[in-house]
Amino acid sequence: MDKLIDLGKYIEQGINVLEESLSGLWGAIDDVISWTVEFLNDTFLAIPFIVIIALVTFGAYYANAGKKAFKKEGIKKGVSLALFVVLGLLLIWAMGYWKEAIQTTTLVIVATIIALLFGIPLGIWAARSNTANAIIRPILDLMQTMPAFVYLIPAIFFFSVGNTPGVIATVIFSLPPAVRLTSLGIRNVPEDVIEAGHAFGATDKQILFKIQLPLAKTTILAGINQVILLALSMVVIASMVGAKGLGAIVYQGIQQNDIAKGFESGLGIVVLAIILDRITQAVAKK
Amino acid sequence: MSDNRKTKIKVEDLTLIFGKRKQEALKMLEQGVSKEEILKKTKCTVGVNRASFEIKEGEVFVIMGLSGSGKSTLIRCLNRLNEPTAGKVIFDDHDITRETNKELLETRRTEMSMVFQKFGLLPHRTILENAGFGLELRGEEKAARDERAKTALETVGLKGYEAQYPAELSGGMQQRVGLARALANDPEVLLMDEAFSALDPLIKSDMQDELLEIQDKLHKTIVFITHDLDEAIKIGDRIAIMKDGVVEQIGTAEDILTNPASEYVEAFVEKVDRKTIITAETLMFKKHTALEVHKDGPKGAVRKMRSIAVDQLPVVDEHKKFLGHVWLQDVLELEKEQGKSLEKVINTNVPSVYKHYTVEEMLPLITGIRHPLAVIEEETGKFLGLVTQTSLIIEATRFEKKEVIKLKEQANEL
Ligand SMILES: Nc1ncnc2c1ncn2[C@@H]1O[C@H](COP(=O)(O)OP(=O)(O)OP(=O)(O)O)[C@@H](O)[C@H]1O
Ligand SMILES: [Mg+2]
Repeated sequence: MDKLIDLGKYIEQGINVLEESLSGLWGAIDDVISWTVEFLNDTFLAIPFIVIIALVTFGAYYANAGKKAFKKEGIKKGVSLALFVVLGLLLIWAMGYWKEAIQTTTLVIVATIIALLFGIPLGIWAARSNTANAIIRPILDLMQTMPAFVYLIPAIFFFSVGNTPGVIATVIFSLPPAVRLTSLGIRNVPEDVIEAGHAFGATDKQILFKIQLPLAKTTILAGINQVILLALSMVVIASMVGAKGLGAIVYQGIQQNDIAKGFESGLGIVVLAIILDRITQAVAKK
Repeated sequence: MSDNRKTKIKVEDLTLIFGKRKQEALKMLEQGVSKEEILKKTKCTVGVNRASFEIKEGEVFVIMGLSGSGKSTLIRCLNRLNEPTAGKVIFDDHDITRETNKELLETRRTEMSMVFQKFGLLPHRTILENAGFGLELRGEEKAARDERAKTALETVGLKGYEAQYPAELSGGMQQRVGLARALANDPEVLLMDEAFSALDPLIKSDMQDELLEIQDKLHKTIVFITHDLDEAIKIGDRIAIMKDGVVEQIGTAEDILTNPASEYVEAFVEKVDRKTIITAETLMFKKHTALEVHKDGPKGAVRKMRSIAVDQLPVVDEHKKFLGHVWLQDVLELEKEQGKSLEKVINTNVPSVYKHYTVEEMLPLITGIRHPLAVIEEETGKFLGLVTQTSLIIEATRFEKKEVIKLKEQANEL
């Protein structure tokens, strides 16, 4: 059957125009992201792995034990996660995937930071304006129903193969919970507290920073946790456009039908996921 | 109360309309169209309808009215949490309704503070930080605001709680923090919207006393909303009664009680209705001491009576079933005769009531007797508590305490 509307062609033309007219911008974005990712990778890899394991372990321990870190109570709370972190990271290292694990972590960190940089302000905006909410809501719904692969297409159009399209696709994929939960947290702040703020002469800025954001903190942190996990879940897909790390090994494993490789790198991702999840959850609980 | 005091707040023809077609609704209101009609035609609610009154400096001005009569809307117009649709609010000598946003912030920060029914405290901040929140908002240094917040907390009797969090305090104490927060700003006017309504009766009464004490020292101008007439009479210098957004009457409690301006006001201040509403359950003293016929002998009975200073007590059996009352003199006599069981001296010929009995139904029962009424469970006859004669008479009449005592004396002489 002949096409009645050649929608794909129009989109293609549109994207071409965007790509050409804003090529400076895409180049700049590419530079910044690639540079940041590489810089972080180099830095982390320059540190002896044992130091990093020690730091992450202590971080995980402290996140759970808090101020009671050196008391019996704190030890009880923090020791199991700390143990898991040590063993898990040592396993990754022993399997020979330390470098890839660092690359994956860097990718997740960079993507998460960018997602939060956009997501939290968008969430605040959606919470404060019903119009904004009406616009943002359906877009988020659409973003979450779309298969993750779809985000690779525009990313690869604007940026050549490498870490950048991987980061960009990951950012888009993991952005929605940051927006949603920020907005939810702010909207759930009790009306009477806001009203008290107004009655005592708070400006809008004071209402936001002294009342809404602190009271929404737990919800926003839950959102950050979800962003991180979604970002991590994208690493295999991101590797299809050239992002490096454990995801790329999994992808190789699939392509080469190499069960050992696929299993080991997959296990590595799971370990990272559990560590990141537990640490952020512990932080959110405070 | 001398009336040559300065006027602090003057409200002139203040109208507030909720909804989109305000101007249209306002015009209809001026033409005398009713609130219902306006709602039907424009979907606008008239919150406050051309209210005019003056509040004197140092006065406690109470606003009363049924739910939905516009009390909150009116008080919120005073600091423009609700934007008035028409009319003026003149504070000292400037019109608050014409203030720019900046001036309005300044007014809220320095001249008027509000206390809320739901407290409105910040859960993530300590009591001290909450009390100093108003000062923080207006940019005062930490040391200075902590100092003032501390003093304010002391004023409301919360010394020593500075480092705790709101959730660790009872409702009454949380509201003290709310009051301290308002006082710390040292405003000239306090706006209190049902500030004590969420509190238990006893704590409420404490808070009222406290407020009066504070008022004695600080002489603020207080606008106080309540729907509790007793509270209004206790703390108010003058009372305004609202109905459907209109201020129906303003006057002292005496004025309003003796000269109600309309049937609405009359119904509002009449307690006649209460007689048919208040039940034994509300009035009774729960878990009142009772004698247990299978355990308590005459000696135990005397002891129990003396410990709570009464000369008569209800008696129950081992299943807590109410049997009757015994009197001290009978018990003493029994003791003299070396009797062991109270059974002989129980007066079973006494009235008892069920929980749902109203004051009106109970009143006839107390004529000719001088002991409290036992409240019992309908199915089992289980003893639940006592309703005293005094509480019945207070509920039933609008007499002063003195007259109640006289009435009781008369009853006793019977
Ligand atoms: N934001 C609003 N939008 C529309 N109508 C409102 C709004 N707030 C209040 N109203 C209406 O205005 C009228 C007055 O309400 P208001 O809250 O002032 O009553 P109230 O006397 O304080 O009652 P309560 O004793 O229940 O607190 C009511 O009919 C109410 O439904
Ligand atoms: Mg109200």
